[in-house]
Amino acid sequence: MTSFLLRRLGFMLLTLFVMASAMFFLFRLLPGDPTATVISPALHPDAQAVLKARFGLDKPLWQQYLAYIANLARLDFGYSFETARPVSEVIGDRLANTLLLLLPSLIAAYVVGALIGAFIAWRRAGALDTIIVVLATALQSAPVFWVGMMAILFFSLHLDLFPVGHIVTPGRQMEPGLMGYLDPDVLHHLALPFFVNFAYQLCFPLLLMRTSMLATIGEDFIDLARMKGLSERKVLMRHAMRNALLPLATTLPMLLGWAVAGSVVIETVFSWPGLGLLMVGAVERNDYPVVQACFMLSALLTVMGTFIADLLYGALDPRIAYE
Amino acid sequence: MRLLLVSGRQFIRVVTATTTGKIALAICLLCLVIGVFAPWIAPFDPAQKHYEAGKLLRLSPPSWKHWLGTTSLGRDVLSQMIWGVRPALLVGFSVALGSAIIGANIGLLAGYFGGRLDNALMRFTDIVMGVPFLPFVIVMLSVTGKGLWSLILAMVLVMWRASARIIRAQVLSLKEMPFVSAARITGGSELAILYREIAPNILPLALVNMAFTLAWAITTEASIGFLGFGDPDVISWGGIIYDAFASQAMYRAPWWVAPPGIAIMVLVSAVYLVGREYESVVNPRLGGR
Repeated sequence: MTSFLLRRLGFMLLTLFVMASAMFFLFRLLPGDPTATVISPALHPDAQAVLKARFGLDKPLWQQYLAYIANLARLDFGYSFETARPVSEVIGDRLANTLLLLLPSLIAAYVVGALIGAFIAWRRAGALDTIIVVLATALQSAPVFWVGMMAILFFSLHLDLFPVGHIVTPGRQMEPGLMGYLDPDVLHHLALPFFVNFAYQLCFPLLLMRTSMLATIGEDFIDLARMKGLSERKVLMRHAMRNALLPLATTLPMLLGWAVAGSVVIETVFSWPGLGLLMVGAVERNDYPVVQACFMLSALLTVMGTFIADLLYGALDPRIAYE
Repeated sequence: MRLLLVSGRQFIRVVTATTTGKIALAICLLCLVIGVFAPWIAPFDPAQKHYEAGKLLRLSPPSWKHWLGTTSLGRDVLSQMIWGVRPALLVGFSVALGSAIIGANIGLLAGYFGGRLDNALMRFTDIVMGVPFLPFVIVMLSVTGKGLWSLILAMVLVMWRASARIIRAQVLSLKEMPFVSAARITGGSELAILYREIAPNILPLALVNMAFTLAWAITTEASIGFLGFGDPDVISWGGIIYDAFASQAMYRAPWWVAPPGIAIMVLVSAVYLVGREYESVVNPRLGGR
């Protein structure tokens, strides 16, 4: 078990390292002066030269590369072009804000989706089944940013139930630390993007669980469990659902990837100050150090998700041995 | 060539076997026809600004002349919608085809030769699995500049990962089949066995994956358009929503922002359903219908 964990952690680091290296060389493929990725070309040439020396950009490429990797390992992403502040300062709460939007809705969607999917498969619920499947397919196919806009149109502007965007009422400041996230004003702002995200992420586990349950119900061990005289509830929860959950665990990384992609567009629609909104803005302003940092942090999220999914899979399926 | 014809016929027979499949396929074909004949179907030039009594026809609600109303720049929404089919399908099909070719080859080589090659290719696939998709496409576009083909390239670079794994698993079981040993005994070279004997058998699975990639690529193209990273010279559904969003008129003009979203939802659902109908028959793990 320990060696499995260590190997998985090692591979995680390798994945991040490969991606960081790819980023380094990708940004040096930019047309024009390669240092333009680190020093704003808008500056006076003398100032550029000073900055080049300070950032070590007058050194050969391989030395720059080593310095870049060493800095990344210390989570030092350099300085923002736009504000000249350290990138880590620019990012600040952005990662936490994204997680606040992403994780609760993802967990809720997984649990509720699995339950609904299992239920409609178990009951073989005729017309209801068809309606739910069609609705889920349509909702999954609808662009999530558009669903968000429609939700604002209806719930915020028409019914005036929720604010149209941002994380707190303009003019107010968020309290620092964890307590800031429990502020009723923040939760009120979170509600609509949460539900939109939830609805978007709900469909995939629901449809997958339904298919998986339909396949599991036909298996012999379900008949056996029934013959043993177990209650329907126990057959459903202990035997059918537990086995049907396996494909859900394996596809968790994929869904997390969608969720990260979804959060970029949802943050844009709701002006939610997370990583995605920061990244989109930074690309528009050619603030490459910030773009790179946002990318690496989303990569970290995705890779961690894969790692957790692996652990979950092992916990669900005792046949998997961690050699 | 004959093989493609046979697979194509099987594909149509399988998909049209159910009502859902028939409707979904009809929607896909309708979009294809609209996309091909867009210049003849669209009532106006999508970039043309319309005037009424010398004044720009801003945000006009649907009327007989403009069925879906006009944009904040006085452009005809319906014409934009019709032209928007083109990039959706072009990006969708190119990405699906490109990812299928790369993914199938990696899956075939890794599954068939096994050993070190398999290990190396699959670890590489695992690394690509960790790439956050939309952020990667955004980074690539910021490096290469906005454009339809840069977008396609960026998407293909990541999207092949799903089919590579699935096809490898299929090849692993196929290579133990008697017809493979038969081909070996008759003196076929390794590559000939791989591409002449095994590859045709993974074609249905590759097609299923292409359908799902196609659906996902259309959604992503729309997301990129919505974020404002779409090709500025091309009218796309995501771009229409972006224009509505950026002009801040979207909440006053539902006729402008609703159609592109509905169009994406309908087309993506249709593609997805076609893929699922086909998969329910050809995927051995689902055990037929």
